[in-house]
Amino acid sequence: MSGRTDVIVIGAGIVGTACAVSLQKAGMQTSLIDASMPGCGVTAAGMGHLVALDESAQELDLCLYSLGLWREWVQQHPGIGQVVQCGTLWVAENEHQLDEAKQRAERLNARQWQAEMLNPEQLRQLEPALRQGLAGAVRVMGDSVVYPPVIAYQLAQELQALGGELLFRQRVTSVLDTSAQSTMVVLENGMKIAAQYLVVAAGLGVADLLPEIPVFPRKGNLAITDRYPGRLQHQIVSMDYGQHGMTADGLSVAANIQPRATGQWLIGSSRQDGQADTQVSPVAVGAVLKSAIRLLPCLSGMNIIRTWAGMRPASPDGQPIIGAHPTRPGIWLAAGHEGLGVTTALASAELLKDLMLGKNPAIDPTPYAPSRFFGRL
Amino acid sequence: MSSKKFLSLQKIQICLNGKWLPADENMNVAAWLLSQETLQTRLSVTGMPRFAVCGMGVCQECRISINGQAHQLACQTKCQPGMVIETGEIR
Repeated sequence: MSGRTDVIVIGAGIVGTACAVSLQKAGMQTSLIDASMPGCGVTAAGMGHLVALDESAQELDLCLYSLGLWREWVQQHPGIGQVVQCGTLWVAENEHQLDEAKQRAERLNARQWQAEMLNPEQLRQLEPALRQGLAGAVRVMGDSVVYPPVIAYQLAQELQALGGELLFRQRVTSVLDTSAQSTMVVLENGMKIAAQYLVVAAGLGVADLLPEIPVFPRKGNLAITDRYPGRLQHQIVSMDYGQHGMTADGLSVAANIQPRATGQWLIGSSRQDGQADTQVSPVAVGAVLKSAIRLLPCLSGMNIIRTWAGMRPASPDGQPIIGAHPTRPGIWLAAGHEGLGVTTALASAELLKDLMLGKNPAIDPTPYAPSRFFGRL
Repeated sequence: MSSKKFLSLQKIQICLNGKWLPADENMNVAAWLLSQETLQTRLSVTGMPRFAVCGMGVCQECRISINGQAHQLACQTKCQPGMVIETGEIR
């Protein structure tokens, strides 16, 4: 270590790397630590979409803020991250879902995030692989899919180019807030590094470093096909998504099919809590594929070349945890993004940076404040 | 009935890259391509010609487009009348 370190960011996933770059750009001397390499954890296991989700007003605020930042980022980084501006088709299978799709279109359009309703005929013309008999869909124009590990790697490289420090293959075993003016991380090899601030963006590792922060694993099973270029133009998501209908064993499934830049189809998604490991679950993968085939029948004749599972770092109320640790001065958090970490990474980073610098963030930070899990302090 | 069909070696026509050619019904597609002196089932992502390696359905090298369905295994597929096979443009 040479010279002063203002802030140490723990975790080089998409959220941690984005935070590190924002902080370094704001003039703080930043070190980024990861037990492995950038983007190799949850960031590499997930689907990688940039989507406007609107299950709550604050979720949409954070998504739209971040999507605006991503738009700039993609313009500034042509050719990086396998960005496909495919848009999303939220597919409704019945009249009830169609009503919800209409509400989604209204909410997004009201925020200038362009969405249009499609009747069954328009839907079939736009995406002939979809089955007959669907009720309709809402097409969200500005959504994209990306390959997140490459973006995390790029962000880490940018941090270094900006004068920040990279410390990879170094596992942090504990964090210490030695005084109001100083914090410290202890590495596996016993080495200690001090800084004024710590940002803990360690995904599921947050539970080990800060057991009082309620981040828990929510498992997802995924499958990817061989290359079938041109067969699918849009990301397809069932209007079931986010409805959280669960089976007896706590498995929740909603079809999400992404056309990747390679012509492959990436197929999710499932959610299951209380799972101990990332072993692929044949029951969950089977349910995921069944839900996808129900929308896209031709999938039944396509080759699946790989299946895997990952753990989303979830929070109890489904919102990420961004801001100051309520009881340990100097420690800051950017965690618990569940399945939206890629979409919301850039906004999370800007929000955290503004809060750390005592500036007014562009959106209301209260829904994300870590203090919400601490009751009355 | 099915074993009789399996043994059939009737002369049939198969369309290979737009050209109709004679083949024996139920002959292995990879073997038939070999008999046509065509050592290509597809082009790789980088444009290289590919052909069967293991011949027993494991290596996935002999993926081929049959009747518009990509990524069939030539070594696990039998020649059928009217089959349309595409192996990519470069020969």
